[in-house]
Amino acid sequence: MKPKTVAVVGAAETTDLGVIPGLSQIQLHADAALNALRDAGLKPSDIDGIATAGETPNTIAHYLGITPTWVDGTAVGGCSFMMHVRHAAAAINEGLCSTVLITHGESGKSRVGSTPRPPWPSSLAGQFEAPFGVLGPPTMFTIPMLRYMKAFGVTEEQLAMVAVVQREWAAKNPRATFKEPITVADVLESRMIAYPFRILMCCLVTDGGGALILTSADRAKDFPRKPVYILGTGESVESPMISQMEDFTSSRAFRVAGKKAFEEAGIAHEDVDHLMIYDAFAHLPLYGLEDLGFCKPGEAAAFIGARNTAPGGKLPLNTNGGGLSYMHSGMYGMYALQESVRQMRGIAAAQVAGAKVSVAHGVGGMFAASGTIVFSNQPG
Amino acid sequence: MAEGARPLPVPTPETKHFWDGTRAGELRLQRCDDCRHTYFPPRPFCPKCASRKVSVVHASGKARLFSYVIHHRPAPGFTPPYAIAVVELAEGPRMMTNIVGCSQTPEGLVLDMPLEVAFEAQTDQITLALFKPAGSK
Repeated sequence: MKPKTVAVVGAAETTDLGVIPGLSQIQLHADAALNALRDAGLKPSDIDGIATAGETPNTIAHYLGITPTWVDGTAVGGCSFMMHVRHAAAAINEGLCSTVLITHGESGKSRVGSTPRPPWPSSLAGQFEAPFGVLGPPTMFTIPMLRYMKAFGVTEEQLAMVAVVQREWAAKNPRATFKEPITVADVLESRMIAYPFRILMCCLVTDGGGALILTSADRAKDFPRKPVYILGTGESVESPMISQMEDFTSSRAFRVAGKKAFEEAGIAHEDVDHLMIYDAFAHLPLYGLEDLGFCKPGEAAAFIGARNTAPGGKLPLNTNGGGLSYMHSGMYGMYALQESVRQMRGIAAAQVAGAKVSVAHGVGGMFAASGTIVFSNQPG
Repeated sequence: MAEGARPLPVPTPETKHFWDGTRAGELRLQRCDDCRHTYFPPRPFCPKCASRKVSVVHASGKARLFSYVIHHRPAPGFTPPYAIAVVELAEGPRMMTNIVGCSQTPEGLVLDMPLEVAFEAQTDQITLALFKPAGSK
């Protein structure tokens, strides 16, 4: 896409985050959508494009009373919303619709009205992974890490440091689930889940949602909030099976999506003031920093250890506290996008002073998909 | 003791040869007759060059331990802690499996250790390809 032709004019999360037993999954979508519509000063009848994952787009459109001329139901896990942003930008530029609503809602903790995600026993994952005792992301997403650690000489202490630094960011955020400071020793003494991953290296499981509204940059000036422009976008997919990931030390989907987004945005790494990397587990920021090109292969752990991504560091990363400390409903990509938008609007709880460019990088499945969005708050 | 039963595969027309193979004590891969690429999981065409001319080949059963986690929570059919591993076959492809015949600890499971296939029947129809340290009983 051409940079800065499309902008975010509405953005909001659900009124509450965390444990929300009083709302079902569909109402979490709606709560976030209604908050985003209010943020943009719009009504459902002003929306003519709808995109969502977790629920079908027709379910959400009908529930909210929207009659769309453009629909996107791309559902590849947690980065689906980055892809929705990318697809929406293209659709708006092509004239397929003018105002797109993207919603996420997930009752990840309370499991009220939630969608089950079992692997079918006849699917490839059902035949060639399910029989070996896998039990959700903690047992699959984590499998490549011992190979990464051996290849680069990265230690469990360094992996623990990722969680420690993100807790420092979370401490600045009143909406974060966990705000108490933790040490490397705390992480390494926490309950073992799937060696080498301990509970404090794994994301939260919470309830929540978020929604975004996009329109053309020309129209964006007339909205109540400061527009946040889409500067560049990228997406890709790899294998739905973790065992078939091409390179256990680097994600192909990350590399392809990231490169595309940076090229489209026409930016260099030093132009990035703020970065979000989807952290379902503590190793993801390491892969993300390297595969996006901020660090050379194997150097991200030392980069984080040297406090480059911590408060006061040169590359503020996961400033809401991330999936490890802020919240994680299951498809966290929407919350990474929300924090990027808040940073670009200048209203984040841990605001990066003077930030002009923000990158939100998402993962879907277990390294199975990726989407990258580059935002700017500077008009074209 | 493990509670419940581990999930078992339901073969499809495209994977039947693999599951017939494990039941017969053979680890079957596929190789492209055109570009000679050996691949897994099964499909009736080459994922590298898209040729439909592919053959089923018998793998040696030799592998190395490529990566793993040791799961500490209960899962149907498993007694924690147990390792969920990915092995790299001598022929190239990687597959998920469990490692038997050694302790389920970081000391017992050393990356790159040589392994060999150990078939374990689950039902009359389904036998899984597990792996054990090379040369062990």
